[in-house]
Amino acid sequence: MIEIRIHGRGGQGAVTSAEIVATAAIEEGKYAQGFPSFGPERRGAPVTAFVRVDDKPIRLREKVYHPDIVVVLDPTLLEVVDVAEGLKDNGMVVINSTQSEDEIKSQYKIRSRMALVDATKIALDNLGLPITNTTMLGALIKATSVVNIDSINRAIDRRFGPIAPKNKMALEQAYKETRVEQ
Amino acid sequence: MGVRVAMEVSIAAAEAAKLADVDVIAAYPITPQTHIVEHLAELVADGELDAEYVPVESEHSALSACIGSSAAGARTFTATCAQGLALMHEILFIASALRTPIVMMVVNRALSAPINIWNDHSDIMAERDCGWIQTFAENGQEVFDLTLHAFRVAEDHRVLLPIMVNLDGFILSHMIEPIDIPEKEEVRRYLPEFKPAMRLDPDRPISMGPVGIPEVYTEAKKQLDEALVASKGPIIQAWDEFGKIFGRHYKPVETYRCEDAEVLLLTMGSISETAMTAVDIMREKGVSVGLIRLRLWRPFPLDELRAAVKGADTLAVVDRAVSTGGPGGPVCSEVRSALFGLPNRPKVLGFIAGLGGRDVTLEMFEEMVNQSIEYAKEGKEQFYELVGVREL
Repeated sequence: MIEIRIHGRGGQGAVTSAEIVATAAIEEGKYAQGFPSFGPERRGAPVTAFVRVDDKPIRLREKVYHPDIVVVLDPTLLEVVDVAEGLKDNGMVVINSTQSEDEIKSQYKIRSRMALVDATKIALDNLGLPITNTTMLGALIKATSVVNIDSINRAIDRRFGPIAPKNKMALEQAYKETRVEQ
Repeated sequence: MGVRVAMEVSIAAAEAAKLADVDVIAAYPITPQTHIVEHLAELVADGELDAEYVPVESEHSALSACIGSSAAGARTFTATCAQGLALMHEILFIASALRTPIVMMVVNRALSAPINIWNDHSDIMAERDCGWIQTFAENGQEVFDLTLHAFRVAEDHRVLLPIMVNLDGFILSHMIEPIDIPEKEEVRRYLPEFKPAMRLDPDRPISMGPVGIPEVYTEAKKQLDEALVASKGPIIQAWDEFGKIFGRHYKPVETYRCEDAEVLLLTMGSISETAMTAVDIMREKGVSVGLIRLRLWRPFPLDELRAAVKGADTLAVVDRAVSTGGPGGPVCSEVRSALFGLPNRPKVLGFIAGLGGRDVTLEMFEEMVNQSIEYAKEGKEQFYELVGVREL
């Protein structure tokens, strides 16, 4: 089973990205859960969402405490949230950031492998808004093989309708530009 | 063959109501509500479901409208949760006494105060005695399946009682997961058209719900109680039929790895899935533990429960609500009295966990089982304790 925790700020679409990954996995014939951390919904406040993906039915209804993958939609969250909390030993943190791996490691408590991309810029260029959820899905699938790009794109088509093409362009650009630490 | 789709569980409940071809939905579309009635409102507005959607001014009115439409012979559906269910309280008893076969999803959430919108079972446990059939789902597929089952049972002329299908708020209601949606034809085969046993009809006038003076009230209550107890047969039969058509099988009391278990956990609702995984982990470590899951809460499955606990030393009941000032959590108290007088009954321990959205984790189940083993060694049988309390 692969467990993912997504950190965002209210309004950035963390919950939607969890929904899209779960939908894509289910479409691939896998079992999945996509769910928010249930709290008061406030625009701008730190929020989390979770995904589980497995080849067999998932019998677990607790939150994700020990993720394999962490996705950070907003670079300012690194200042206020311990995003690597509970991360598994071989875990991966996928961050929207303009910083380098070394800079991040020296400033924050992240010791795991990282994948980095300037998702805010990509989102602004493609969507005209700093909403990074779909952009960061491009980084997620570049860094891990939790779901494939075709099923993610189909899930985005269904979820976003007329604005899906722009979101898929942002995703594709992020997929190309994401730097994955080996 | 149906289709397997990724779907929010609330939407799946609404899709089940759509496939059941409901005639009337009356609901109060404001917090606390869920996407269940929101999605149904959409389906009706878009012309995908030919039904009357009645947006009323309160939950009290929602259920009142449901009674009216059910009494007039319409297949009737609604959904509520928490304070909304509490506001329906008065009308719940009328719906069952009038034998109106309404199907209602109850998205289980805590009751205020302090203000809390998160999951536990305080709302439903306060409505334990209202005369409705009450089932509990553990996952999204079960929510879908139990909704279809509810219509079939409620409208059975041997039953004619309203049903609440319980699903955990957020933990299930806001979860995206795979759901198998059957073909309309399959659903039709399972769920025949609603044929009311009697109905309000201006051409053939009858009265429903007149005054019950002391000379008849006791008899009316006895009839209702007998009807609810007797509904167990048709409930089981409808599950058996469901299994034959859809290949998914349900029972009033379901057991998991109970063979030779010294300690049994007992749960209701979505925490049962976490509990199953906890049992697997503990069995790996050599702990002799199993799990009983209550799917049917009303009518209480007395015989099935007694059979399920046979041979166990200790039964640890996990409640999701407090019976404030009482002798234990509501489920635990009932289980205790159900086992009273049973020869060689297990010791019954009460644990209350997961109040107001507090997560019930794998670790907590292990702690409860370890604590139960300790108590068993000491020969101790407590009434109840709260799990995971942060001590100041």
